Amino acid sequence: MYDIIIIGAGPSGMTAGIYSGIARKKVLLLEKEAYGGQILKASCIKNYPGLDNVSGIDYAQKLYNQVKELNIDIKFESALEVKNYDKFKEVITNKNSYKTKTIIIASGAKNRKLGLNNEDKLIGKGISYCATCDGMFFKDKKVAITGGGRTAIDDALYLSNICKKVYVIYRQKEFKFDSINLSNLRKKDNVEFIFNTNIIDINGNEKLESIVLKENDIDDTTTLKIDGLFIAIGHIPVSEMFNNLIKTDEKGYIISNEECTTNIEGIFVAGDIREKNVRQLTTACSDGTIAAINACKYIENEKQTDKCI
Amino acid sequence: MKIININDNFDEEVRKYKGISIVDFWADWCGPCKMFGPIFENVSKKYDNIKFCKLNVDENEEIPKEFGIMSIPCIVMFKDGEEIKRNIGFIDEDGLNDFIGDLNV
Ligand SMILES: Cc1cc2nc3c(=O)[nH]c(=O)nc-3n(C[C@H](O)[C@H](O)[C@H](O)COP(=O)(O)OP(=O)(O)OC[C@H]3O[C@@H](n4cnc5c(N)ncnc54)[C@H](O)[C@@H]3O)c2cc1C
Repeated sequence: MYDIIIIGAGPSGMTAGIYSGIARKKVLLLEKEAYGGQILKASCIKNYPGLDNVSGIDYAQKLYNQVKELNIDIKFESALEVKNYDKFKEVITNKNSYKTKTIIIASGAKNRKLGLNNEDKLIGKGISYCATCDGMFFKDKKVAITGGGRTAIDDALYLSNICKKVYVIYRQKEFKFDSINLSNLRKKDNVEFIFNTNIIDINGNEKLESIVLKENDIDDTTTLKIDGLFIAIGHIPVSEMFNNLIKTDEKGYIISNEECTTNIEGIFVAGDIREKNVRQLTTACSDGTIAAINACKYIENEKQTDKCI
Repeated sequence: MKIININDNFDEEVRKYKGISIVDFWADWCGPCKMFGPIFENVSKKYDNIKFCKLNVDENEEIPKEFGIMSIPCIVMFKDGEEIKRNIGFIDEDGLNDFIGDLNV
């Protein structure tokens, strides 16, 4: 039986791992992909106190090394369900099931998808959610990026330095903010903005061939031949597998508070998956700290009640 | 088997090789590739009958283009120089063992 199972090895989960490892608890940290979570996509972190200009990858690697030094189990498995019993809890993964006294959910957020046919099939075959990861494969090629936030603009600028042509497709009539990167992007010869337009279809078998565009309020559609499509339309919480037990808000973020507790005693939540207004590294690490300390406290309190009985 | 770098000699080492080879397509700027490196190396020690190769996509742009590599880390398994399967994205040791499966070679 574990003391604490942490679901997700992003910044919040790894921070929880550090605190619970130092407290000498029996800990299992589960990760379904690569450790580091979303920060792996950041080319440069400029706002983490005490660190200057470190890449997301290096940050994740440092954090991981710090966790590995401690005596905790790390397994690359995906948590599929959590169960709550009288005396213990259980986490079911794609490979095993584990009993534990407490759980910290730190499953973060994932890329929002367009939800179109062929989208999943063509990931890694022309469709990407990370310009800094995959952009190099589209050197001197034609690509499109869809989205209207800062990430979309920053990624478009990055791609415009590599690719022959970059179409920026946005469903609104104009961007709702201004930034240095946006004004730089507007100056680029190889960038074309397509406003007020949605992507309604994706074509390709072995690899992406074209996308179908539809301008709002116009019936006609146009087909755009491209080699790559970058989708940067935001993130959504990864909480669907815990929905049966854990209360979320209407968007899927887990309802909690400053103490990182959930509606189930002994199950805590940390990081971007928690209902909150600011989602950054600092707040993720802060949550990881609080959740781990409260999980330790919960275990100690349970012991005492056991003794009393 | 020892891992070999095939940035310059894909044809010799993989295309003309009679047997099973696995190529790890990677780059310096790819975080998950760096994380996958030690895993690939560990697993390579366990198989004497598979040739483990690494190809840096910045050093050799032609082969990734030929095989339509558009996201890394990506590993491709070849039999007698023909692709038989691939995996895109980070996997751990168990994942790599599963990918290799029970090849009776
Ligand atoms: C491009 C980009 C740039 C950014 N730049 C900055 C920056 O400069 N500064 C800053 O402060 N913040 C930045 N952020 C935000 C920051 O990355 C996040 O706030 C932070 O990563 C949240 O950490 P987390 O641990 O809560 O979640 P995540 O980072 O999302 O990690 C969650 C982890 O849980 C894993 N997981 C999910 N479900 C399961 C499951 N069922 N089983 C097992 N594992 C699971 C995921 O694979 C993932 O590894 C950036 C984000 C992005 C996308």
